[in-house]
Amino acid sequence: MTRCLFKSLGAALLLTCPLLACPLPAQAATLDIGIYGEPASLDAARVTGAVYDNDVLGDLFEGLVTLSPDGEYQPGVATDWSVSDDGLTWTFNLRDDARWSDGEPVTAEDFVLAFQRALDPEIASVYANLLYPIKNAAAINRGDAVMASLGARAVNDHRFEVRLEQPTPYLPTLMAHIIAAPVPAHVIREHGNDWTQLSHIVTNGAFKPSRWVSHDHIEAVRNPQFHDAESVDLDGVNYHLVENLNTGLSRFRSGNLDVMRDFDASRYQWLKENLGNAVHLHNQLSTYYYALNNRDDHPTSDVRVREALNLALRRDIITQKVLQGAANPTSSLVPAGTAHYDVQTMPGVDAPMEARLDRARALLKEAGYGPEHPLNLRLRFNSRDDHRRIAVAAAAMWKPLGINIEMVNAEANVHYAEIARGDFDIARASWVADFDDASNFLGILASGNTKNYGGYHSAGFDQLMKQAASQDDPDQRQQLLEQAERQALGDYAMAPIYADAARNLVNPDMTGWEDNAINRHLSRWISINP
Amino acid sequence: MLSYIAKRLAMAIPTLLIVITASFFLMRVAPGGPFDGERQLPPEIEANLMAAYHLDEPLPMQYLRYMGNLFQGDFGPSFKYKDFSVTDLIAQGFPVSLELGGLAIALALLLGIPMGVMAALKRNSTVDYLLMGTALGGIAVPNFVIAPLMALFFGVILGWLPVGGWNGGALPNLVLPVVALAIQQIAYIARMMRASMIEVLGSHFIRTARAKGLNERQVIWRHALRPAMLPVLSYLGPAIAGIITGSVVIEQIFGLPGIGRYFVQGALNRDYTLVMGTVVFYGVLIVLMNLIVDLLYSLFDPQIRYDD
Repeated sequence: MTRCLFKSLGAALLLTCPLLACPLPAQAATLDIGIYGEPASLDAARVTGAVYDNDVLGDLFEGLVTLSPDGEYQPGVATDWSVSDDGLTWTFNLRDDARWSDGEPVTAEDFVLAFQRALDPEIASVYANLLYPIKNAAAINRGDAVMASLGARAVNDHRFEVRLEQPTPYLPTLMAHIIAAPVPAHVIREHGNDWTQLSHIVTNGAFKPSRWVSHDHIEAVRNPQFHDAESVDLDGVNYHLVENLNTGLSRFRSGNLDVMRDFDASRYQWLKENLGNAVHLHNQLSTYYYALNNRDDHPTSDVRVREALNLALRRDIITQKVLQGAANPTSSLVPAGTAHYDVQTMPGVDAPMEARLDRARALLKEAGYGPEHPLNLRLRFNSRDDHRRIAVAAAAMWKPLGINIEMVNAEANVHYAEIARGDFDIARASWVADFDDASNFLGILASGNTKNYGGYHSAGFDQLMKQAASQDDPDQRQQLLEQAERQALGDYAMAPIYADAARNLVNPDMTGWEDNAINRHLSRWISINP
Repeated sequence: MLSYIAKRLAMAIPTLLIVITASFFLMRVAPGGPFDGERQLPPEIEANLMAAYHLDEPLPMQYLRYMGNLFQGDFGPSFKYKDFSVTDLIAQGFPVSLELGGLAIALALLLGIPMGVMAALKRNSTVDYLLMGTALGGIAVPNFVIAPLMALFFGVILGWLPVGGWNGGALPNLVLPVVALAIQQIAYIARMMRASMIEVLGSHFIRTARAKGLNERQVIWRHALRPAMLPVLSYLGPAIAGIITGSVVIEQIFGLPGIGRYFVQGALNRDYTLVMGTVVFYGVLIVLMNLIVDLLYSLFDPQIRYDD
């Protein structure tokens, strides 16, 4: 009997032992990227525009404008473009050698169809609003206008014209967004919304998809029809879904991934010491802030309370101690590095700490709060370790002022549903730029904007934003936008905390990866040195 | 036997209906919706989305629509993964979980049963203490602790095995998740097997077998093993259903595209159709596994018969 049992044990061990000696598969010239979410679709009109959507779709499709390794906008399918004197009509000339992966030419018609689909209410694209500067786009998306009235047309196969509602000097940056990438009209005519099935899909970017195992990975191979195919070094790219940052780190350390698109900020120091120059951390256009509820029935509707909260926040402690230096403190909404924009500062937050606390106490007293009438506030955040640690630190900073914080945390969907209803005094939120322009940040404070969680309402701010929107002189526009932000910061509309950083783990043997402010990296520029 | 099976299957229908109905309404009652997120949508876009997925209809109407589609075998489109239907996702995820769970259960039986029997036979000896101590360790240390440690040791430090990914079910990718998933099961089965073996060895029919002059080997193999397996068998039904429908933790840690991950991601994303699809699938599987286990009883225990 015993011998028999040993035989079973031995058999089990024998079963597993040979596996231990198996070498890991070697994949030459294939880039393995760890992405922390999976695109909802390969159709740009049906994704949410997250970093991972841009990673995958950005490699598969090329818009009129594209990105260089350092994140600068450069001609893509368009060779050049011009704008009319009134700033309302843009004309893009398309390159002759742009082809779909089946060899069909990319034409202006493909862009017209892409814009129409993105705005079609039935497709229900969550990013349709990025195209709202185009004539009638918003009305079409609401179902109030017919598609034929859209201000986008093919003048001929190689000339594409866009007419706008108002001057939009940053239109070329919008055209680099995946929502503005072309779609293959000839394939959609045949297969409709099923055009993204792997057996049908054609792409015009440097790569084309060859396999997709949901929740595992997407494989893309080099597209020989790409107009710059000869300069693409990689044979293919594998996008691995890795939701767990610790798993991502292990897979990166074991050589299974060349790039991991995020890491745990609280481990930054350890990573720097152990992985050296593989750890990439740089500013990106993103702001982490606390929304303050400006609505009447909340204590934070009093500007003195909002100012006191802002003055007592020690942003440097949050970034240095809580986040271990993995982010930069900020008191402005528009982060440093935004094109045509100078960083603004919230009044009073640069004063010495003691003076700030004295003023905060005086303001609260003036607002009627004190030992007999303590200020109780509800702070909402979505469940994640770093959000919790920051909330605890902030509550500790406000405590000496006699402010009691009740913390409420919930998973992300619930959190955002609750704060969109305005059920909070203070709420964690953040904004990552869709495109490199200050208006993309400041827009979230405009009256009526659904992202204006705090319900900030200032006629002056709205007026300045409106003036900026119709201003086509870049310098004047910049001044108006900066003035608008100063107005909002002077009203202490919110409490910006830090400019978030992009965090990547990057194989040091790779070239062509450059840290850039919009944290987008096209694989076509990347080479892996053997 | 056949009429027993038919009766059990018929009885499962109301159970499944209750499960589906309760899940449907509980999902809708949960705060937050499929389109709530960091990027709050403009109202017109949210309205477009709600209309596209019929979420603008009254809840009873949505329920009837869902049930109607379900009876035609259509689980509907996933709200989140728009290039896949829920049926596609289950068809893609289930084989992964099945392979992973099947191997883990096989490994657990292969090691757990001999360990339990050996510990029972060498009761209160060093071998017994060693085996049961190890088993206790396997139960006490949760797999979310063991799995990352194994990944760190075998994947990162020794570099022998990949630390994650499915890679089409390649053997090296399977080793760590299968072992991590099996450890706890080995421990449970070994302890259960030991206890029941000790009990069986003390029963009258074993004493009779020994009195008849059978050698120890025959006593164990022919008389003790089968009845001693009964508790393990009843444990295996729900355990197999649970394991092959996806170990959420292991699939998450090793990044495997199994159905357990779909369920969790679906719930977090409020992907109503995906969650419902996995619930229905899981419900059917539990019913079937329990039925199979009940039928197997008759093979192991001669007192149980399913005669017509």
